Amino acid sequence: MIWKKTITGGLFIGATAFSAILIIAVIIILLVVIIIGGKETFSWEFLTSFPTDGMMKGGIFPAIYGTVLLVLIMSVAAVPFGTITAIYLTEYAHEKSILAQTIRFAVRTLATVPSIIFGLFGLGFFIKFVGSGMDDAFLGGQLKWGQPNILWASLTMALLTLPVVIVSVEEAIRTVPRELREASLALGATKWETIKRIVIPGSRSGIMTGTILAVSRGAGEVAPILFTGAAYYLATLPTSLSDQFMNLGYHIYIMATQSANVDQTMPIQFATTMVLLLLTFTLNLTAVIIRARLRRKTK
Amino acid sequence: MKEIKIKTRDLSLYYGAKMALNSISLDIPEKEVTAFIGPSGCGKSTFLRTLNRMNDLIPSVRITGEVLVDSLNIYDKQIDVVNLRKKVGMVFQKSNPFAKSIFENVAYGPRINGINKKTTLEEIVEKSLKKAFIWEEVKDRLHDSAMGLSGGQQQRMCIARTLAVEPEIILMDEPASALDPISTAKIEELIFELKKNYTIVIVTHNMQQAARVSDLTAFFYLGELIEFGKTKKIFTTPDKKHTEEYITGRFG
Repeated sequence: MIWKKTITGGLFIGATAFSAILIIAVIIILLVVIIIGGKETFSWEFLTSFPTDGMMKGGIFPAIYGTVLLVLIMSVAAVPFGTITAIYLTEYAHEKSILAQTIRFAVRTLATVPSIIFGLFGLGFFIKFVGSGMDDAFLGGQLKWGQPNILWASLTMALLTLPVVIVSVEEAIRTVPRELREASLALGATKWETIKRIVIPGSRSGIMTGTILAVSRGAGEVAPILFTGAAYYLATLPTSLSDQFMNLGYHIYIMATQSANVDQTMPIQFATTMVLLLLTFTLNLTAVIIRARLRRKTK
Repeated sequence: MKEIKIKTRDLSLYYGAKMALNSISLDIPEKEVTAFIGPSGCGKSTFLRTLNRMNDLIPSVRITGEVLVDSLNIYDKQIDVVNLRKKVGMVFQKSNPFAKSIFENVAYGPRINGINKKTTLEEIVEKSLKKAFIWEEVKDRLHDSAMGLSGGQQQRMCIARTLAVEPEIILMDEPASALDPISTAKIEELIFELKKNYTIVIVTHNMQQAARVSDLTAFFYLGELIEFGKTKKIFTTPDKKHTEEYITGRFG
């Protein structure tokens, strides 16, 4: 009987080790394939020049530029809004109040909504409702805001990443010890002064990581910007909020499906994927480092 | 007899439906040290926290009766709780420095009161740290993090931080319970010095400490005020049997 047990035990250990190794293997294979496929094309010039020859050659600078701009505008919208929501939830709302529970439910639901739905929502709400409304009200119906652009795409993306910001900031606010709030209040500070001088500075790490995680998510998502502002190809960089933009993720999709010769653009696809991966990896790594460092500091 | 600084009348406090303080009436005289003693959970800390309305922060707390500070009922709707807390400072059991420099910790209170002039702040910080007997130890590293101080130093810095707001009353919630004997002695010495100018109310677990530092002692048990009087009398010839039993260590 004992040998039987030893065998089942051994099999189980083997199975868990295999699953664990499989995951590592997937990542390594993924990286190796991408690097081999893209390394020829990847160069400084590739990063800094426009696509040429009907996107069969050249670089991806407008896509990088558009992606960076997208996540910047997105952060400007999502971070303050998310932080304020988190502050309200943790500091002002009663834990069991209907409003607080509704907000929490909404945040959780928002986090599970498929990203394409955000794209459709952005199209319906920002472009058709807000944008067209603005055109009708201020421009006499002349088409300017009622069409896809970087502003609507960024705001749509902001909605998608809002839960990430809210959850990170909330978590950070909760780690600010009650003793510190009490100390501040006992010195005659108002609740708002305590939040401003003690709670928010104490939650910096959370706000920072929330922002970076949101940015990294926003940089990688394509579905929300499909209908709301991403362009197939643009000869110029966006200069106004009402301009369309190119985007790394969308660029990969275009190259892989819409290109005149998919096989010929393969190296560009690999190199673009490399850039996108590099970007999101770096962002995530920065988030991890900042979080670790600030946690150490607060200890 | 000195003037009465704090007066409570039939003060009861409930956590939800549970009564934590039962009809406490007590007079705390000005510029003396009043100690609250009693076993854990007897309500002495809760009572202390009603005196600067720190219990307001707990949603389920309900209070009946009156607390008069300088003859004003602090639970009156017209009382500004922020001003009250400036007048009634508090030092906590666990030293709770902000993750800022020593200077910024002490300057915190004055800053929220709108004092931003550097020279004025420097004066206040120096004066407060001197009053808390910690100036000599920290004067060369005012801009270092307060987290680098020892436990006892942190606690004296927290006292300095309280003093910087210029309160009239200082509530101390077991201020030395987490400290070593030498740091404790320093805090006690400090209390002795501070009572010349401040009314001090201290909660302590340590009976010897109550006997050493206080002029008056109140003994609490199960949310009731059992006995209140001159410390000397409470510790030598208490009126109530309960008090005697607690002080002599027969229960606690």
